[in-house]
Amino acid sequence: MTVRSLTHRLLSLRTREALHGYAFIALWVVGFALFTLAPLIQTFNYSLNRVVVTVAGVNLTHMGWANYTRALATDPTFGEMLIGYAIETLVAVPIVLIFSMIIALFLNLRFRLKGVFRAIFFLPVVITSGPVIRELTEQGAATAPGIADAPAVAEFLAQLPGALRNPVEYLLVSFILILWFSGVQILIYLASLQKVDQGIYEAAAIDGASAWEIFWKITLPTLTTATVVNAVYTIVTLSHFSENKVVRYIYGQTYALQGGIGYASAMSFLYFAVMAVLLLIVYLFLTRLLGKEAR
Amino acid sequence: MQVFHSHTVDRVRSLLFGGRTRYGLIFTTVLYALLIAIGFVYLYPLLFMFITSMKSPTDLLNPLVQWVPTEFYTGNYVKAFRVLNYPNALVASILLSVAPSLLQTFVAALIGYGLARYRFWGRRLVLLLILATFIIPPQNTVIPQMLTYRDLGLLGSPLALILPAVFGQGYRSAIFILVFYQTFLSLPKVLEEAARIDGASDLRIFLTIAVPSALPAFVVSFIFSVVWYWNETFLTSIFLEGGVQTLPMQLSRFVQAYENLYPPGAVNIFDRINEAVKMSGTFLNILPLLVMYFVLQKWFVESVERTGIAGE
Repeated sequence: MTVRSLTHRLLSLRTREALHGYAFIALWVVGFALFTLAPLIQTFNYSLNRVVVTVAGVNLTHMGWANYTRALATDPTFGEMLIGYAIETLVAVPIVLIFSMIIALFLNLRFRLKGVFRAIFFLPVVITSGPVIRELTEQGAATAPGIADAPAVAEFLAQLPGALRNPVEYLLVSFILILWFSGVQILIYLASLQKVDQGIYEAAAIDGASAWEIFWKITLPTLTTATVVNAVYTIVTLSHFSENKVVRYIYGQTYALQGGIGYASAMSFLYFAVMAVLLLIVYLFLTRLLGKEAR
Repeated sequence: MQVFHSHTVDRVRSLLFGGRTRYGLIFTTVLYALLIAIGFVYLYPLLFMFITSMKSPTDLLNPLVQWVPTEFYTGNYVKAFRVLNYPNALVASILLSVAPSLLQTFVAALIGYGLARYRFWGRRLVLLLILATFIIPPQNTVIPQMLTYRDLGLLGSPLALILPAVFGQGYRSAIFILVFYQTFLSLPKVLEEAARIDGASDLRIFLTIAVPSALPAFVVSFIFSVVWYWNETFLTSIFLEGGVQTLPMQLSRFVQAYENLYPPGAVNIFDRINEAVKMSGTFLNILPLLVMYFVLQKWFVESVERTGIAGE
């Protein structure tokens, strides 16, 4: 067999492998083009137009970036909502991360009734839906019982400067709600904790490491990937949640006389941009922070 | 005597602070205290919901009745059952979460397998785009989709939810594709290579060797998929406009539906809408999921631990 025919056969093997690979993902590629890319481009197109939907079809009137400038400069609610959303997300993410990590560490221990507690902590994963959360918050069941209403707390809140008051108030009012968004994150932490070789812990204990040192030097570094995954997951679920104020506002504007599809599309893209920036900030922050710990 | 004494001290110390093989009493107490406290925070809304739903109109008005209703009252449930159009909405919810979930899980496995087992140009780009489909907010794509469905006459039909699932673009499909990708990456290739040498086709290898070995991933994906489809209301309320009504959709227009059935002007004050009826509706809404969860709970958690969702 000559070298040439060998390389030829190798090449054809490579091509065959690639073709079979493409066959497996073909559905996805078609789906992505049809159900994600095309609508995304179309939505962007809408955002540059005034859109009127009639029985006959969709009428577009080009108006440049007017929808965007209107959302940012003229609409008083939208800008305020975006800032509120960014602050609330940045407050909620560390809480969800720390809380779910603590719960996962607990659930990774050996103790009686573990199954019962595990079942309780994952319950929110199962029942968190927009309407259920809305009903619960309306009835005040999602608020930490009485904390936000206590006179001492109200006094404390009144003392805080405006920039701090909103996040703290949000924290107190929605504390249970934030915890309810931690179910999947607990699972992810737990899964990566259980992959750690127990031998490492034993070796560290024999070398005389304290539980504190073991946590910082062994456990936390093994949770780095899970933390980044969880942070991304938390931001995305909070941002996509159908009861999110901004999401509801945009949805409302879609059908409003003053707003319309074009305006709602522009706001969707602005919202997406803020969300992407948040993801980037948290991602960079976490990889920096945890990268240092791992070293 | 001295020896005996130090022995007791050691035992007490080990009881309190724990030894090499078990946790101490102090640690155990703190652990349970914390777990119970957090568990209460989690259960509080559910408990509140259930208790409120059992309160009769007189109990609701009575400030002394907080946690224990004075009578066993099921009237709220009877009303909520009617308002939600429960049997129909339940069947619709089950169909509209199970059907897309089955398809979505299988398709995600197919795609995840292709990405994990084959080398081809653009693989990394596809992985990146899959992540992007997870991040892009639904409102950035939903309106053109809705208008296309309207033109095709699919608005309100279950197909509007099923079609994207078939193409790996269902609700949170990206997560499931990545789960299968991770799973197949971590599974050994030996069996598949042996089968290939024996002349089995790629699809056959996937179906007879890869699928059975990734069973935990299938269980996790299917259960999560059902739960997420069940609870999803943004897409369903847009795509099913004027068509099939799922339970969460019925719940989100509960007040309106209630007042249609029991017009506020026509019924006496005790039959007007109150929080107890609303909470009954909410509870009826999550009841099927609760039942499913407690039946499948063990599978749910253990499969997640086995699939290694966490990523490498």
